[in-house]
Amino acid sequence: MANDTTADGVVLAADGLPLKASLTRAMRKSRIRALLLVTPLFVFVLFSFLIPIFDMSMRSVDNWHVGTLMPETTKALENWDGKALPEEPVFAALMKDLKAGAISREIGKVGTRLNYEKSGLRSMITSSARKSKKVKEGPYKPIVLKMHKRWKELETWTVIKRNTSKFTIGYYLNAVDMKYDNKTNDIVMQPEDRQIYSTLFLRTFAISLAITLICVVLAYPISYLLATLPTRYSNLLMIFVLLPFWTSLLVRTTAWIAMLQSQGVLNDLFVFFGFVDDANRLQLIHNLTGTIIAMTHILLPFMVLPLYSVMKTIPPSYMRAALSLGANPVTAFVRVYMPQTLAGIGAGSILVFILSIGYYITPALVGGTDGTLISNQIAYHMQTSLNWGLAGALGVLLLFSVLALYMIYNKIVGIDNMRLG
Amino acid sequence: MALPSYAGPLETTWYYTFRFICACIFVFLITPILIIIPLSFNVEPYFTFTQGMLSFDPDAYSLRWYEDFINNTQWTHSVKNSFIIAIASTILATTLGTLAALGLSKPHMPFRALTMGVLISPMIVPLIISAAGMYFFYSSIGLDQSFLGIILAHTVLGTPFVVITVTATLVGFDNSLSRAAANLGANPTTSFFKITMPLILPGVISGALFAFITSFDEVVVVLFLAGFEQRTIPRQMWSGIREQISPTILAVATILVMISIALLTTLEILRRRNEKLRGLTPG
Repeated sequence: MANDTTADGVVLAADGLPLKASLTRAMRKSRIRALLLVTPLFVFVLFSFLIPIFDMSMRSVDNWHVGTLMPETTKALENWDGKALPEEPVFAALMKDLKAGAISREIGKVGTRLNYEKSGLRSMITSSARKSKKVKEGPYKPIVLKMHKRWKELETWTVIKRNTSKFTIGYYLNAVDMKYDNKTNDIVMQPEDRQIYSTLFLRTFAISLAITLICVVLAYPISYLLATLPTRYSNLLMIFVLLPFWTSLLVRTTAWIAMLQSQGVLNDLFVFFGFVDDANRLQLIHNLTGTIIAMTHILLPFMVLPLYSVMKTIPPSYMRAALSLGANPVTAFVRVYMPQTLAGIGAGSILVFILSIGYYITPALVGGTDGTLISNQIAYHMQTSLNWGLAGALGVLLLFSVLALYMIYNKIVGIDNMRLG
Repeated sequence: MALPSYAGPLETTWYYTFRFICACIFVFLITPILIIIPLSFNVEPYFTFTQGMLSFDPDAYSLRWYEDFINNTQWTHSVKNSFIIAIASTILATTLGTLAALGLSKPHMPFRALTMGVLISPMIVPLIISAAGMYFFYSSIGLDQSFLGIILAHTVLGTPFVVITVTATLVGFDNSLSRAAANLGANPTTSFFKITMPLILPGVISGALFAFITSFDEVVVVLFLAGFEQRTIPRQMWSGIREQISPTILAVATILVMISIALLTTLEILRRRNEKLRGLTPG
């Protein structure tokens, strides 16, 4: 053991190299090994999940239509001041773009895009493109102005000029019920009767909050019972929570349809006991009531499980101590027991809230019109109206609300402590 | 929590009231699931109990909806699809997820929190957003309306569950065991399969079950990505509820409830085995 340190006091390892260097090397090796194990999944998640979501969120600001499909007009409009109708060169450029667009059959996309900002522009673009095929030579300004009356409006040109830029915040404005005033180019609120998205966001938050509250109220007593009963009984009762948890979402939704519809089990029971008349059966489904009942049932286990695991750790002796020190049962419960369960309530509530604001299936099936949530509107714009930019903008707003809530959840519970089943 | 013998009338009343409230909540949780079982044997095409069913008339019950399920090629096709997709994505998700969990549990893993956040993200992002994103991206690379696309999508959605359960199992893993194996001459592969794997197996299997049920039950992504050829059971139920509601759905639902009971039992057995292995509970 003579050679385990050098003259200046550096500790050596068995192979004669400094111990510190060997240790660093070993650590680096183990770090690389850890990274290598994680890499496959990381790359997989990146490519098949994160990039697609990023790609979708880019659609909410992407504004390629006018710039790409009407390049000449875009260039010609660069120096237009917006005070009066443009001059002949712009119209000549427009005619070129319309002709090219009519041949490639792509011009309709410009029309659709512009129509989101001002209705009526789609038909203006498509009909003008159709007519442009017959136009031989200029001057083009009078010809175009005759093609469609909207070309004479300054607003039309303001909208086109605004959308020559590659990116737009138009979809976000739309998603928060604002818009550009096409006359002044200022951002203003939509007229009252067209403010649908803020109402929808508010409704989504309100419904989620209501479901969360109902879940707390329902989960608290049964979690308490499960946590205080002897294990052999609580394990048995736990099945009542876990079986719904493990049952297919569509099965549970179907079950609620069977229960709640006007010729369903619950209404039959009500009629049988005479609560309601056979003629006026209660409308319990395809409305807000249906959404709340079915979603509460589906999300309740997510509240019970965290609450139960917190309550399980509270020693019963605390309550007994409070009682023996003279507190009455209610005081003891409120001042001693409840504060200890706050973490569980918090964790469960945020989990239920996060899950419910992004819910799609159940509201779509049992929600009718007043029980649908923001997700249903996103699906509508994805599949029916095909306004993907707006779907993207609504999606990004929803995503950010969920991520913000999730960070709070992470602060309270921590990812590592997330419990499943 | 038994009622003590010295309890006064107020306490007794509260004790029974509380139990009654709890019973009601349990009834709320379980009734919808149990009620579809008898309803699926209804001879009439109704979603409620007929007079005959209530008087236990054998003629009021039948297996016709189950026959309909078996003889309907759309349904049988969807069953096959569901199993193909769920099994393939479970295998992929379990392999990738277990490897990543092993890496994440190493003491020197750099950027641990960030990596974990990325790996867990498919579980946090609302499904409608994941589905929308995947729809655009997968159709741009030609993977929409294909089995591969749906399998990949379901794999991503299932991996967070595997990562979480396996990481949780590894927390209780005693690293000196693999060091002992190395000391006794085992190479890392042998030590992994002989020592680590048997001990974390319960976590891996329950992660795999979560991944399986995630895929088996998933419908939003399928709605966006699948063509007619790739319809799964939930997708078929979705159109069944939306378009032509028939009690065949109840028969399918009953079968699915049976499957979830089987899954629940398996998980419970695994949990007990895991506790036994770690010596948390005697015998």
